[in-house]
Amino acid sequence: MEFDTIAAISTPMGEGAIAIVRLSGDDSIKIANQVFRSIGGKRLTEVPTHTIHYGHLIDPKNEQVIEEVMISVMKGPKTFTKEDVVEINCHGGIVSVNRVLQHVLSYGARLAEPGEFTKRAFLNGRIDLSQAEAVMDLIRAKTDRAMNVALGQMEGRLSKLIRGLRQEILEILAHVEVNIDYPEYDDVEEMTHKMLLEKAMYVRDELKKLLQTSQQGKILREGLSTVIVGRPNVGKSSLLNSLVQENKAIVTDIPGTTRDVIEEYVNVRGVPLRLLDTAGIRETEDIVERIGVEKSRQVLKEADLILLVLNYADKFTKEDENLFEAVKGMDVIVIVNKTDLTQQIDMDRVKELARDHKIVTTSLLEDRGVDELEEAISSLFFAGTIDAGDMTYLSNSRHIALIGQSLHTIEEAITGVEMGTPIDIVQIDITRTWELLGEVIGESVHESLIDQLFSQFCLGK
Amino acid sequence: MSYEAGNFDVVVIGAGHAGCEAGLAAARMGAKTLMITINLDMVAFMPCNPSIGGPAKGIVVREIDALGGEMGRNIDKTHIQMRMLNTGKGPAVRALRAQADKIDYQSEMKKVIEDTPNLTLLQGMVERLIVEDGVCVGVITKTGAVYRAKTVVITTGTYLRGEIILGELKYSSGPNNQQPSIKLSEHLEELGFELVRFKTGTPPRVNSHTIDYSKTEIQPGDETPRAFSYETTTFITDQLPCWLTYTNEKTHSLIDQNLHRSPMYSGMIKGTGPRYCPSIEDKVVRFNDKPRHQIFLEPEGRKTHEVYVQGLSTSLPEDVQQQLLRSIPGLENVQMMRSGYAIEYDAINPTQLWPTLETKVIKNLYTAGQINGTSGYEEAAGQGIMAGINAGLSALGKEPLILSRSDAYIGVLIDDLITKGTSEPYRLLTSRAEYRLLLRHDNADLRLTEIGHSIGLIPEDRYQRFLAKKDAVEAEKERLSTIRLKPSTEVQELIRSTGGSELKDGILAADLLKRPEMTYEHIEKLTPSEVELDQDIKEQVEIQVKYEGYIEKSLQQVERLKKMENKKIPENIDYDSISGLANEAKQNLKQIKPLSLAQASRISGVNPADISILLIYLEQGRIAKTSNL
Repeated sequence: MEFDTIAAISTPMGEGAIAIVRLSGDDSIKIANQVFRSIGGKRLTEVPTHTIHYGHLIDPKNEQVIEEVMISVMKGPKTFTKEDVVEINCHGGIVSVNRVLQHVLSYGARLAEPGEFTKRAFLNGRIDLSQAEAVMDLIRAKTDRAMNVALGQMEGRLSKLIRGLRQEILEILAHVEVNIDYPEYDDVEEMTHKMLLEKAMYVRDELKKLLQTSQQGKILREGLSTVIVGRPNVGKSSLLNSLVQENKAIVTDIPGTTRDVIEEYVNVRGVPLRLLDTAGIRETEDIVERIGVEKSRQVLKEADLILLVLNYADKFTKEDENLFEAVKGMDVIVIVNKTDLTQQIDMDRVKELARDHKIVTTSLLEDRGVDELEEAISSLFFAGTIDAGDMTYLSNSRHIALIGQSLHTIEEAITGVEMGTPIDIVQIDITRTWELLGEVIGESVHESLIDQLFSQFCLGK
Repeated sequence: MSYEAGNFDVVVIGAGHAGCEAGLAAARMGAKTLMITINLDMVAFMPCNPSIGGPAKGIVVREIDALGGEMGRNIDKTHIQMRMLNTGKGPAVRALRAQADKIDYQSEMKKVIEDTPNLTLLQGMVERLIVEDGVCVGVITKTGAVYRAKTVVITTGTYLRGEIILGELKYSSGPNNQQPSIKLSEHLEELGFELVRFKTGTPPRVNSHTIDYSKTEIQPGDETPRAFSYETTTFITDQLPCWLTYTNEKTHSLIDQNLHRSPMYSGMIKGTGPRYCPSIEDKVVRFNDKPRHQIFLEPEGRKTHEVYVQGLSTSLPEDVQQQLLRSIPGLENVQMMRSGYAIEYDAINPTQLWPTLETKVIKNLYTAGQINGTSGYEEAAGQGIMAGINAGLSALGKEPLILSRSDAYIGVLIDDLITKGTSEPYRLLTSRAEYRLLLRHDNADLRLTEIGHSIGLIPEDRYQRFLAKKDAVEAEKERLSTIRLKPSTEVQELIRSTGGSELKDGILAADLLKRPEMTYEHIEKLTPSEVELDQDIKEQVEIQVKYEGYIEKSLQQVERLKKMENKKIPENIDYDSISGLANEAKQNLKQIKPLSLAQASRISGVNPADISILLIYLEQGRIAKTSNL
């Protein structure tokens, strides 16, 4: 067979409990075998065709488990593309499926172009000649759609970031080039390993941040992860219930009855929230409860939004103060609940600690203040740092994969620098990073490097 | 009145750097060849800087040599100084540059041409081509001489409707006040060629006796003897230095004050100039925060006192040039011998060419050098040899030769020109090559000697020497990858002395060589080869072993691309009938007429989806054809 091995997510993004990453090509079984450990110790290279296997996707470097998966092995020609095909069934949801895709890409598969599986099916004679026209239309349509997604983001924060980053890289490249093509030019400092390392590390860090931005796909597809914290019995579960309007968590008057993390999805004025109720955050000797508390602290760290609940009818305590301390620097809305009871809390103290955070007073029992809370959540989201325009990006696994690969190539460049490889050779990986980022926004014209060279430097005999 | 003056296989119009290589290549391959040039005293003339080589360009010179061309050998015989550039960088970007003795270079080249069998050198001005049914079959000179030919190569440099601009003065002229070629340009237009107007320029020359060198910095050549040609064995040791000085505030304010007299800014110059070769007025205007610009003083030869003022290319009026020069340290009392000038000329849009450099407009007609929109002696020579080879092959009834982007910088150059066209005089830069780690100056022979031999340009004895070198490199690589070095005191000591970390275990000699601080010399101390190896073999082994990983990566990319290169597109393809192709892609594909899918993918406006669609369209045709049988 004359094609390399390609991979892509073949199920609709973000919907369904199971997602499938599909590989096609000569090396698909070999690649899958490298990153898969079956429960029974089977090797995918040795299993019969058209069989399915349960096990874990692992990182072969340290044998760490990445995902729990089912893998189908189908050898050509009895497959959709007539090539060897592997399908990795993993948990649905953009984060896990992208992680799986990223993983097979870093072990030798190439990201499929839009419509490429169908294209191969045709080229390998799987699809009838009369359907050629349809295949061409499909490729055109899929590409146009992909481009529209990309164009939709042109104004977005992400494409701006990528453009900025590409410009940054372009300047590095131009600097290296000018050293090579004009070695006697005295104005330009010779690019040193130290300078290059600094710049490459900057790019790497930005790419990492960018990938984290892509985690906001999780926010939009899976909801903004929202944690409700507060001392026991301040009304956390009531808040959850009030937002969900469904009795999912157990509500009692006894402190500490909500032992584990409970998740609930809810759409608040267009903002998808994934609500996590937590066990009360406080030191406890109860072993069962401690598990809950530790998990709570972990969840807190990963949260996008914190709803901090205080008791209107109780004195402000040291524990409340600790909570403010624990959520420092995060997006927080302070909720003072139980206004139906007599005030005991010192509101001045609350305001002092809340600083810029919004404070909402509620009586969940009497269903008061919930509207105001919802308004606060929605305005925080839409006016805040999270740009709603990024929504399109976040559903695009192709971009996430490309940025992931860019990160990989810049890391190789950094390794090269650290090994003392000559700069003009390390540059191969830097150029590749630049090209990959160009693919995200649909730009890969080499000429711009030469343009950069002559606009940045005064050159010539 | 015209008369029949002779029959040839190949006629080459022009005898500059492109023409010389074209004529020599065709003749050496066995084609009966005629070279016609306006002035026999201008063979291989260097109208601008007295130097050959440099980054990318120097590699082209080696490639020409490996193919059996002349430029490398000629400069090896006639230089006044040689330097290896970028020695502190990786092997891919090292490049040799020579300062030429311009006069020697010309006379030596002319002699080689006169000595070459099958090759006739003649003074004359070609004014028309003889074209029958879209096929070029000969040329007619101003004096009416008709030369019949199977193929014709045009290498007219900046002569086509050339115009010199110097301050307020503008007049019809070729370079250095030579006769321009006007009728040929008009004739090409009649034949249907799309012409573009380009501009280039040159700085003034000054008298060495009037330079105060004590105010400048010396720029000597390398002490190590070096050569471009793989065949050169005798080296010139007596070298002349160049000198470095700088412009200053005074120079720049003189330019500012006289900008209104500059044809660049008065609108007199319409042609597009190259960004990489800006005039001094351009540099000062565009980068006005720079307090000074470098000026290199380069001797033009051993038998002359003319000095080329590199960095001061200008078309300002003569009196201003005079003042500019005298504002520069060391040149306070300088005597200007020739003034700088700008020259405008016609070139053809190079997208009108096939990858063989044959024109799409007229069959059996080839073009090379500045007429194709390039600039630079090396770029011209590189195209010249390819046009000569293909004109020769065609005349002899053989298959054409096309170098790919992964074969040579020459391949990059030609592919860029014919696939993307150029909006300014094109210069090779290392950044234009995507596989530059493969296109090194040290391995040009390994890349191209085989090809040169197969088309009859590399004689058998040279080919045997090449094969021996190749074998020796392989054998030594093999040896190093089988010998295991133990962590002995000697080994550890050597590693310590280079600042590396000591061995814990035995290591293959090749793996030790891969460490950044290690060189072949170090390894040689630990495990010398049984046979004495030449320096270039050692260098080759070191580079190939050390950068194996990166080279492998590049080779894989090339391999992937080869598949696309092998998907040929028939000439008669009807792009309009392919549904799904974007309109811009259709337009550009129709104009460029790519020969392979890979070439198509490099055309601007053709995106990956268009390539997929094209591939499916082609396969559909292929499958349909097989099933009809």
